[in-house]
Amino acid sequence: MSDLNASGWKPGTPVDGHNAMSGPDTTTGNRALMLEEPLIFEIGDTETTGVDFDFASRLDLAGVIQPEQPTPASETTSRLGNFGRKSEIGLPGLTEPQTVRHYTRLSRQNYAIDLGLFPLGSCTMKHNPRLNEKIARMPGFADVHPLQPTSTVRGALEVINELAFWLIELTGMHSVAMSPKAGAHGELCGILCIRAALEARGDAREVILVPESAHGTNPATAAFAGYRIENIPANEDGRVDLEALKSRLGPDVAGVMITNPSTLGLFERDLKAISDAVHDAGGFVYCDGANFNAIVGKVRPGDLGVDAMHINLHKTFSTPHGGGGPGSGPVVLSEALAPFGPLPYTARTKDGVVHLVEEEDALSFAVEHFGGPLKHFGRMTAFHGQMGMFTRALAYILSHGADGLKQVAEDAVLNANYILRSMEDVVDAPFAKAGPCMHEALFSDKGFAEGLSTLDLAKGLIDEGYHPMTMYFPLVVHGAMLVEPTETESKATLDQFITAFRSVAERAMAGDECLKAAPHYAPRRRLDETLAARQPILAYKTPAPDGSSTGLGAKYGGG
Amino acid sequence: MRYLPLSDADRASMLEKIGVESVDDLFVDVPEEARLDGPIRGLPTHASEMAVEKHMRRLSKKNLAAADAPFFLGAGAYRHHVPASVDHIIQRGEFLTAYTPYQPEIAQGTLQMLFEFQSQVARLYGCEIANASMYDGSTACWEAVAMASRIARGKKKKVVLSGALHPHYAEVVRTMAKFTEDEIAGAPPSLTPHPDDDGLIARIDEDTSCVVVQYPDILGRLPDLPRIAEAAHEKGALLIAVNTEPVALGAIEAPGNLGADIVVGEGQSIGVGLQFGGPYLGLFAIRDPKHVRMMPGRLCGETVDAEGKRGYVLTLSTREQHIRREKATSNICTNSGLCALAFSVHMTLLGEKGLRALAAENHRLACLAADQLGAIEGVTLLNAHFFNEFTLKVGRDARALVRDLADKGVLAGVSLGRLYPDSDGLDDALLVAVTETTTEEDIHTLCAVLKEALS
Repeated sequence: MSDLNASGWKPGTPVDGHNAMSGPDTTTGNRALMLEEPLIFEIGDTETTGVDFDFASRLDLAGVIQPEQPTPASETTSRLGNFGRKSEIGLPGLTEPQTVRHYTRLSRQNYAIDLGLFPLGSCTMKHNPRLNEKIARMPGFADVHPLQPTSTVRGALEVINELAFWLIELTGMHSVAMSPKAGAHGELCGILCIRAALEARGDAREVILVPESAHGTNPATAAFAGYRIENIPANEDGRVDLEALKSRLGPDVAGVMITNPSTLGLFERDLKAISDAVHDAGGFVYCDGANFNAIVGKVRPGDLGVDAMHINLHKTFSTPHGGGGPGSGPVVLSEALAPFGPLPYTARTKDGVVHLVEEEDALSFAVEHFGGPLKHFGRMTAFHGQMGMFTRALAYILSHGADGLKQVAEDAVLNANYILRSMEDVVDAPFAKAGPCMHEALFSDKGFAEGLSTLDLAKGLIDEGYHPMTMYFPLVVHGAMLVEPTETESKATLDQFITAFRSVAERAMAGDECLKAAPHYAPRRRLDETLAARQPILAYKTPAPDGSSTGLGAKYGGG
Repeated sequence: MRYLPLSDADRASMLEKIGVESVDDLFVDVPEEARLDGPIRGLPTHASEMAVEKHMRRLSKKNLAAADAPFFLGAGAYRHHVPASVDHIIQRGEFLTAYTPYQPEIAQGTLQMLFEFQSQVARLYGCEIANASMYDGSTACWEAVAMASRIARGKKKKVVLSGALHPHYAEVVRTMAKFTEDEIAGAPPSLTPHPDDDGLIARIDEDTSCVVVQYPDILGRLPDLPRIAEAAHEKGALLIAVNTEPVALGAIEAPGNLGADIVVGEGQSIGVGLQFGGPYLGLFAIRDPKHVRMMPGRLCGETVDAEGKRGYVLTLSTREQHIRREKATSNICTNSGLCALAFSVHMTLLGEKGLRALAAENHRLACLAADQLGAIEGVTLLNAHFFNEFTLKVGRDARALVRDLADKGVLAGVSLGRLYPDSDGLDDALLVAVTETTTEEDIHTLCAVLKEALS
């Protein structure tokens, strides 16, 4: 890659016949408002800083206080012993204007929900209200330490408890463990609760049943908790095969992990029957709650016999996804699992005070207020969970209220069915006859011309100005395309998307070779993912000394 | 309902297109007995922006913010100044409201940022490769232990934890290891001026997959990493170094340069803020690139596009849950992308020069505080060495002391009794952290109230 200049632009690169960039190449590599941006390692250096310190004059770069400064003798002696840093770190610095410009330019190469429809199935990309951002930044929430004495964080504990109350009511469950840091972390929490409950009754079971259509995190989670995984097949209309599941139940089965609504966009009609069968066999039911958005305010999982379910606050209750996180995955628990939830937890006592059962002595607190010691299975994370997500989720819930949340589910399901019915005459919808879809519509690549794939259609949608849907998932459908519009899209937006989706799909059916080179208009053409995996470059390396590169790389040879 | 754009007319025409009479016809697969009629009883209906803000502000005001008191808490979460441009950049909608970069052609902003972040973390830790972040330091610590077990291929079953590893981190490891086959060897911390390196080394044997050492440790002391690394490597074990205060690495040597094989930690100090415990930012790096396929979490890699331009993609995903299911290296599906951005922006603003200056100032103020507090009658400074956090023995129950001082408006530190509720002999120890946000006046105030409380 030595022929790339600092910005990654390669002058005179030949472009293929389908390049729709009709103008000549530019000297800079920029394309008008779309600017090429080098790495901070190529434009920064170790002498530049964008922060002014009041104390800069007292310091030298080795971190030793200058002896000529008028400080008492005892302060001039470092207490680092022999541990002082001797090596260069090699961290580039930029001034504030350079920094703001660097990241602003990078931001312009991202698609985001603020720019348009983001129909990723099972990811629930909905509008992120800015009120929630404002609230999360209130000093009483943003600037408090997790180990402050609880007398100084009563409001924060009330936020946790108020959110917990809503989650319990909306799911019809007994209690909630708030600390899991993300959906998959919540899955782990739920499975560990199940394991702890089984062990408490001296019942060592080894198997977790996972339907084929499950999220990949489900089997990974159960394996991490020490279980053996067995798959349960789907029946003809894509739902869990109840008879197959029943016939597998036995004294070795700890439980089942089921996603409802499923990743096929369908409601598992038999969930209550599944739960009853699993309970009769002495096991527990874990529900993957990633798709709770479709049923919030319409159905309570607790009424269907679920024992544990994580709730992705960032999805259903809209906290920003931030390019991949942070998430937040509280787990609601049935009465049978409630005593086993992890530390730390909050509890409101009869006097109305919310306690953090951690600063208190957990054992004696439980005996005093709950009549016996709790049997928590341990701790999943250092502190109380994603407080910054709790405030956002609570603000979202209060804004909608019980009536609005019900409307959320209805509009999300309406929007998805509208897309399903507007597309099914053009694109194969394998489960369209299995009943209405929930909040996401599933299509397949059946009927695409030879050589054209779901990937090509997705890249074609990028040229139309849309982030593509989820591709190749769920795995049970060939060339799957899972579209989730969410409730925060207007009918006009859906109509525009449907027009674009239909047109690209028709081109895929007709064998339009141009799609194979898409996207043509994105900041990058199709990226070579095979090369990235075969020859991994995972950190910036300083170019070789004979390279013409300037800046940090040249100064720190060997990087 | 201001977030819902469909009008009743829209809904009617869409239902017509779908061919059903009412929206309830779309929920026919939900068993009738499980369907809810109308909003759930006991829950209020929707509220205006003004009403929600008012309610939340009222709750916010019931908390004492760190900025409003002399503040000395650490123990895994630190208060530092975050430049205003950090929050400005992370609130740009293109970063804030983007998702996992599954379509790299239209996610280069997030991807290039993650590549830069990985490069910054690798250099800070003295390692070759860092991942694109994890939930927080404590979960990263467990993932490092799990990775070491994978590398040992189940042949070594023992995990040796330093007694001075953050007790919450140790508890996360113990909790998770209960469900795997790892055996955990740990000990309560020793209240001595130097960490118990000898005791730790004595517990390493041929069956040890990894040794976990915090640096600086939970009491603020500095363990002798090169010596521990040598002892671990001699027995074929990996050394995992855990850092909860990345600012320290501006002043003390990087763990990767001292023999640590896996370095993990909490990145909250740079750019993220206290937030009552989360979201935080797990950092994870390895020294030997040959272990990369055993790493958990996301990785961003450099490649080229069809025109030969440099670009970035998520890579080596064959380790991950969505491909490997139950054989994946971890079940993690997300990362702390936005926190990683905040870290990266703040680190870029600091640069090497700024980070070193910041670290030096933290250390200077900590020395000042240690001298003044240690001189109070009845108080003993425990540490021989420290960076910006140290332990005081105060001669009475420190949990009660912390509560008493909070009533006087001073957040004095973290009592070891709160961190180790089940251990005897740690009750009179108080952990005090000092950062650049601490003023000399704050230190004088703490001295004054402490003197009064102990007299």
